[in-house]
Amino acid sequence: MSSLAPTDLGELRDAVGEALASGEPLELIAGGSKRGLGRPLQLPRSLDLSGITGIRDYQPSELVLTAAAATPIEEIETALAAAGQMLAFEPPDWGTLLGLPASAAHRRTLGGVLACNLSGPRRIKAGAARDYFLGFRGVSGRGEVFKAGGKVVKNVTGYDLCKLLAGSYGTLAAIEEVTIKVLPQPETACTILLCGLDAASAGQRLRQALASPNEVSGAVYIEDSSTLGLALVSALTGIAAVRLEGPFPSVISRREQLLAELASDCETNLLYDKASTAFWQAIRDVRPLAESEDRVIWRVSVAPSRGPELGEGIARSLDTKWYLDWAGGLIWVAIAGADDGGAAVVRAAIRGADGRGTGHATLIKGSPELRRSIAVFEPQPAPLASLAVRIKEAFDPRRILNPGRMVEGV
Amino acid sequence: MPTPDATVIERRASIVEELRRIVPGEGVIVSEAERRVYESDGLTAYRQLPLVVVLPSTVEQVAGVLRFCKQMGVKVVPRGAGTSLSGGALPLADGVLLGMAKFNRVLEIDYDNRCAVVQPGVTNLAISKAVESAGFYYAPDPSSQIACTIGGNVAENSGGVHCLKYGLTTNNILGIEVVLMDGEVIRLGGKHLDAENYDLLGVMTGSEGLLGVVTEVTVRILPKPTTARALLVGFSKTEDAAGCVAAVIAAGIIPAGMEMMDRPAIHAAEAFVKVGYSLDVEALLIVELDGPPPEVDHLIGKVEGIARDHNASAIRASRDEAERLAFWSGRKAAFPAVGRISPDYYCMDGTIPRSRLAEVLSRMRVLSDHYRLGVANVFHAGDGNLHPLILYDANSPDQVERAEAFGADILRLCVEVGGVLTGEHGVGVEKRDLMGTMFDEFDLRHQQRLKCAFDPDGLLNPGKVFPQLHRCAELGRLHVHGGRLPFPDLPRF
Repeated sequence: MSSLAPTDLGELRDAVGEALASGEPLELIAGGSKRGLGRPLQLPRSLDLSGITGIRDYQPSELVLTAAAATPIEEIETALAAAGQMLAFEPPDWGTLLGLPASAAHRRTLGGVLACNLSGPRRIKAGAARDYFLGFRGVSGRGEVFKAGGKVVKNVTGYDLCKLLAGSYGTLAAIEEVTIKVLPQPETACTILLCGLDAASAGQRLRQALASPNEVSGAVYIEDSSTLGLALVSALTGIAAVRLEGPFPSVISRREQLLAELASDCETNLLYDKASTAFWQAIRDVRPLAESEDRVIWRVSVAPSRGPELGEGIARSLDTKWYLDWAGGLIWVAIAGADDGGAAVVRAAIRGADGRGTGHATLIKGSPELRRSIAVFEPQPAPLASLAVRIKEAFDPRRILNPGRMVEGV
Repeated sequence: MPTPDATVIERRASIVEELRRIVPGEGVIVSEAERRVYESDGLTAYRQLPLVVVLPSTVEQVAGVLRFCKQMGVKVVPRGAGTSLSGGALPLADGVLLGMAKFNRVLEIDYDNRCAVVQPGVTNLAISKAVESAGFYYAPDPSSQIACTIGGNVAENSGGVHCLKYGLTTNNILGIEVVLMDGEVIRLGGKHLDAENYDLLGVMTGSEGLLGVVTEVTVRILPKPTTARALLVGFSKTEDAAGCVAAVIAAGIIPAGMEMMDRPAIHAAEAFVKVGYSLDVEALLIVELDGPPPEVDHLIGKVEGIARDHNASAIRASRDEAERLAFWSGRKAAFPAVGRISPDYYCMDGTIPRSRLAEVLSRMRVLSDHYRLGVANVFHAGDGNLHPLILYDANSPDQVERAEAFGADILRLCVEVGGVLTGEHGVGVEKRDLMGTMFDEFDLRHQQRLKCAFDPDGLLNPGKVFPQLHRCAELGRLHVHGGRLPFPDLPRF
C-alpha cells in the first residue's frame, strides 16, 4: 500500500488534487486508532495526515484552542491541563476495546476524534465533540482548500459545516486545522455508587438524578464493578454511579441532596478525585466490555428511559454482556454467537414493539467480513439516504475520500 | 435581492388558486392590506410585499405547498414570528411567504427523558412556561423570547445571555422534522443523542431557512438551578473590565451570564429604569452565577475578589431575587433605553476575541467621530459577542447611509481582529454582502454546494446569506483537465 504524507496545507491540497486527477481513492489516516471503525476500506493508497501536527494557538482566557488536525489528543490534554482546562466532551480511547496493536492503540488525534464525533460519559451534561468544534480548514474531495466556522466561541456566520464534518468519518474533506472550545477543569469530583440495584431501578434513579438540579455529569449502570479492572473499587454488583463535579462546597452540598433522594434503601460507596477520575476513565474507554475479545460490540443510542428494557431484551434473545451510560440513553452491548452480529435483534429492539421507537445502533467492533456484510451505521429511510448521497456529491464527487467508509456509495 | 421573475408575478392568480386547493379556508392571504403585515421582520429598514402569504396548519399542507412551488419554479420564504434582526424573513415580490404561526401546539412533554416535542410556531418562552410547574426550563433565552418562535430559533441558531454556560439552540435540541423543497418529509434525531449518519440536525440549525422548513422540534429541557445571584461591578477603565472578564474565565469560573455595558449604554439605561447604576464609570459588568446556594455564594466571593484585583470602583452583590432582577432590569432595557435617546438605532452583532475588546471599543469611538453618529455598546462579555447600537434618525437618508456604512465598518473590524460577522442574529440580507470579508470564494462555494444538495433549484429563501447566487450546475462542475491538478496557479497558504 502506497502512502501520501503531506506535512502542510499546500502538500495536502496537492495530494488530494493528484488523487482526484488520477481517480485513485484515498484512505485517510493519522494515528490509526480508529481504523477499525466503519466499513472496511481496501484501498491501494492512503493519505497519511500524521505529519500535520502541533498546537497553533491557545488562549486559555478565550476558551479557544487551534491545532493542526493530527495533533495527538495527549498533547492537547497536556497543554490544557497546564492551564487548568480540559476537553469537556471526554474523547474516549478505544484502543484496548478494539484490540489494536500497542503501536496504534492509543494514538488518538484531535481531527480523528472530531471526524468521528466521539464523546464520553460527560456527554449528557457538557455535550458531544461536535458541540466544541468551532471551525476548521481543510481540503474537500474537489481538491479545493476551504474553511468554515471561526475562532471564537459564538458564531452563526454561514452554514455550520463543523457539524457536517463531525461524524462524517473523513468522507467529505481532509481536515488540516481545527479550532475547538475548551472548558475549565472542575475543582473537585465525587462519584456516588448506589449498589445492589437491578437495571430498571438503577435506570430510574439515574434519570431522577438528572432531573434534579444537581448538575450530574456522569450517570452509568454496570452489573459488576470487577469488569472495570480497577483496584480502587471493591467488588460491588448492580451499581448505579452518579458523578458530581464543581467547586468543593457545591459538590458536598449536591452529594448530600442526592444521597437523601436516591439512597434511602440501598448501600452506597463514594469515590473522590483520583478514584473518581479512574472510574469514569474506565467507563469512557468501555472497559466493562474490553475483555470480550471474540464478541461483536454495538453502541446504541435511545431515549434514556428505554435503556434498561432494551439491554435486558437483547440479552434475553442473544448471548449478551451490556451496560448503560448516559443515564440509560447509551447502551453498550457485546454479543457472541449471532451470524449477523446481532444486528437484526438490536435494530428491532430500537424500533420496539410498535415500530415507532427512535435511536440508532453503530457496530463498533466486528470482523472485516461482518462490517462489510451488515450496515455498520443505522440504515436510513430513502429520502435521507439520497440526501446523504447528494451531500457526498457536493464535497467529493469522484469518491476519493474514504469512499464507502460509512455507507456504500458515500 | 434577486430580480423578481415577471412570469411568476403574471401567473399570480393561478398560483393563488392552486395554493387555495392545498390550504383551504383562510390560510391563503391575498389582499394587499393583509399582506402588508408580513412586509418586513425585525430589520425594519427592509420592506417588501410578498406575492402571497400562505399559513398552512398541517405537515401535509407544508409539503403540498413546497412541492407545488418547486413544480412551478416559485420561490418560498419561511417565517416564524418575524423577529429576525438580519432580515432572514424578508419577503420576495415573486415569492410565497410561508408563515408557520398555526403550528403553535406543545405536542408532548416527557419529563422522564427531559425533553419536549413542540410545533415550530410555539414561542421560546412558552416552552419554559409549559414545563415550569415541574421545575424545568428551556435554556436558550434570546431577548425576543416572548415573541420569537422555536422554529425561528432553529433557523437562526439563536443564543441569549445564558449561552456561555448553557449553549445556543444547536446545543439544546434533540430532533426535528423537516419538509424539503421537493415535499419530502424527513426526521432528524429524536429523543436520543447524536446523529446516526451525517449530522443534518446540526446542519439545519442556523441554516436561516435556506435548506428546509422545520415542522416539529424536540428540545432538551433542564431542571432549573436552585438559586441565582448577580454581581454589579463598575470600572473606571474599559481595560480593567475586560481584564476582569478574562480573569474570571481563567480562574475556571463559567458564569451563567456575564454582560458588559459601556458609558453611553449605562447612562441611557439608568435614565430609563433608574436602578442605581453608577454613572461615573466607563464600563459596568453584570456577572450572574447559578446553581446550589453553597456554590453560588462561594463563586460570588471569588468573582468579587477578582473584580477588586482589577480595580473595580464599585461592587454590589445581589442579596435577594428582587435585587438580582433590578441589576438585570437596566441591561434588559438597554435597547429601548437607547431608543429613548435617539429616534432610531441600528443593532449590530459581531463576535471578537475578548482580549481585543478595549482596542475594538476605542477604534469604534474613532469610527463614531468619523461618521458623526453616536454608538452605545452592550456586550455578552463572556463569549465575546458585541452588540453596538448605532444612533441615527431614519428620517434622514444621509444618516441612514452613514449608519449602514458605520455598521459595516464595525463588522469588518470584528473580522479583522479575529472575530466573526454575526454571533447570534444571523447573516440574512443585512450582512450578506460582507460574507466576503470572512470567507473566500472557495469557502462560499462549499457552503452553496451544501445548499444545492437540499434545494437544487435555489427556491428556498434565495437572496439571503450568500452575496452571489450561483447555479448548482455551475457549482457542481469539477475542474480536472488532462490529469493536471485543479487550480495549479492558486496561491498556497
